[in-house]
Amino acid sequence: MDRRNFFKASLAGGAALATGAASCPAQARSNKDMPPEAVGLLFDSILCVGCKACVAACKEANGMPPEFSTQEQYWDTPLDISGKTLNVIKAYRHGSLATKDSEENGYAFVKKSCMHCVDPSCVSACPVSAMQKDPKTGIVSYDKEACIGCRYCVAACPFGVPRFTYDKAIPQISKCQLCVHRHKDGKYAACAEVCPTGATLYGKVSVLREEAKRRLAMKPGEKAEFPRGHLRAAQEKQLQGAPEGKGEMRRKGWKDESGQAYPNVAGKYLDHLYGEKEFGGTQMLMLSGVPFEKLGYPDLPPQSDAALSETLQHSLYGGLIAPIAVLGALTFIARRNVRPEDEEGGQNG
Amino acid sequence: MANHTHAPAPLGGNLFTPFTLLLGMLSVIAGVILVYRFFYGLGAVANINDGFPFGIWIAYDVVVGSAFACGGYAMALLVYIFNRGEYHPLVRPALLASLFGYTLAGASVIFDLGRWWNVWHIFWPGYAQVNSVMFEVAVCITAYIVVMWIEFSPVFLEKLGMKDVKQKLNKLLFFIIALGVLLPSMHQSSLGSLLVIFGQQIHPLWQSGAMLPLIYLMTAILLGFAVVIFEATLSSTGFGRPLETKVLTPLSKIMVGLLAAYVAVRILDLVFRGAFGTAFSGTLEAGMFWLEMAAFVVPLVLLAPAAARRSASKLFVSAVMLMVGGMLLRINGFLVGYETGAGWHYFPSLAELMVTVGLIAFEILAYIVIIRKFPVLPAAQPVTR
Repeated sequence: MDRRNFFKASLAGGAALATGAASCPAQARSNKDMPPEAVGLLFDSILCVGCKACVAACKEANGMPPEFSTQEQYWDTPLDISGKTLNVIKAYRHGSLATKDSEENGYAFVKKSCMHCVDPSCVSACPVSAMQKDPKTGIVSYDKEACIGCRYCVAACPFGVPRFTYDKAIPQISKCQLCVHRHKDGKYAACAEVCPTGATLYGKVSVLREEAKRRLAMKPGEKAEFPRGHLRAAQEKQLQGAPEGKGEMRRKGWKDESGQAYPNVAGKYLDHLYGEKEFGGTQMLMLSGVPFEKLGYPDLPPQSDAALSETLQHSLYGGLIAPIAVLGALTFIARRNVRPEDEEGGQNG
Repeated sequence: MANHTHAPAPLGGNLFTPFTLLLGMLSVIAGVILVYRFFYGLGAVANINDGFPFGIWIAYDVVVGSAFACGGYAMALLVYIFNRGEYHPLVRPALLASLFGYTLAGASVIFDLGRWWNVWHIFWPGYAQVNSVMFEVAVCITAYIVVMWIEFSPVFLEKLGMKDVKQKLNKLLFFIIALGVLLPSMHQSSLGSLLVIFGQQIHPLWQSGAMLPLIYLMTAILLGFAVVIFEATLSSTGFGRPLETKVLTPLSKIMVGLLAAYVAVRILDLVFRGAFGTAFSGTLEAGMFWLEMAAFVVPLVLLAPAAARRSASKLFVSAVMLMVGGMLLRINGFLVGYETGAGWHYFPSLAELMVTVGLIAFEILAYIVIIRKFPVLPAAQPVTR
């Protein structure tokens, strides 16, 4: 009797588990796709002169407090992004520091702020939807009113971007949201708006990607026009000499920034557009003369971690099919094996 | 056939001993630190930072703590699902320890949540984010705590003389027990899945990807058995009761079988992922890995001969080692093997440690009070079948 029950139980359990396992491949998901209208930044380390105007503009636009790393607390001197700083410029230094953008005996500047991943780990990790990816712009935003402060997003992000205010009784996450609060006034990311050399450009990712490819195709030392601020498809057209560029921009009510493109010579770019493939793609793209790992950007696989994590969760729990099947089997088995405790008599089932 | 001759009875005795007073003091110290934390922020007491946003309050209190509380789950699985009624005397004490372990693991999450007043969002449609592993863990652990209180409520109902309620509950007990087996299977495996999204921030020795749920589930059940042996030994010495070797010996045989399977799974996973080489790299991570593996392999060797499983001391030593192994697997995965970039360090602060110590003290204290006042442990005569 016992043995027979045991076999039945094992069979039922096995069947339930098999059901769970069978639902596995059907639910697998790959990296998410970039929204066609996605916006982002293009950071060109070679154009960056390390003036940190973007750091100051970011603080002002987002109402963030200053942060000090020097003994005299005269002005804002953040060394890294933090609960008080959403964007910094960091320096790479090697040897004699003789040549800019050279890995050996050189130096380079790099921007650190949210990458706005196409398939962000923080959004997948957040248990309460406080991290959201806008379906149209792809901007990864944070809602402190939803947040429970568990910091799973902080731990999950491969770029170490979301930060937390550990020193506050009422803490919150801080991260770059591409100045989404300024968009309604026709403004865009403050870091790109103030960047004097156009090292940080704002625009549609598709446009930024083309601009990056244009630079990668240049020969070092070649003379070229470099745009600044908000890079628009029309502006690009105008850069290439199309006469209707300016008029179209006026018709759409865009601030005329065409005059801000300037001639410069092309630098020695590494043939690597960081963020194009990494981690399923990011909406901040980067160009550099120094390898990205040296600049603090990890060498990431093309698959996002969210894809694997969610595939696993969905195969185990998708539609609650497997849990309900297992629960059914367990209930069936327990029904036979559990006898009401401590009840005298009536247990000889 | 299940054996029901072991009517549980309150242990009685004095609640105020030097040991219980010490436990009480440690609990109060933790309480004071926590009050401070709620007024001045997490950073005021804990060393957690943006490079290590999870400290021991997550890695130990929740991840290890809930695994240590798997005795009730492991015994319910054995007794009610695999119908091994001979282990029935172990169920109630194991369930009590699980009840406290889980309730405190669950409650301690609140201390660690920065915006704790929003915690209900996890359960609220519109906020709840079902793709999140954290969501699944939180919901499942909460549900299991409720289920365990229901499962355990006959003990209180007995004491309160509420026969009617108890009888009604008894009719549904099989379903509650089924839930009590399903839910820990889900969240104990998901505690491992929490690491999946950390990707390559986790050292290859612990980033097992899709194998993480299995590895964490197997060790949770192993820890469940180990904790039952550990607690049975301690309560027999601590309260001067006969040791239930008759049940612990066959239980350890099952444990050894599962342990052998686990060690095989763990090593095969490392080999197939090509990560085993990093174990010979002479780093801190490699050292911690071997320590962890030793804590699993030594009990396997120690308890392999049938005669060894009749030795109370060998059983106890093996149980303790397995608990250390299970703890190291989790601490290694969540803290030692976590690296989000250069320049980040974490070691728990004294205040952080004292909260964890106080939590454990409170758990033991509550366990002692309950078994002295409520019918949990089998009445003191030796158990016979």
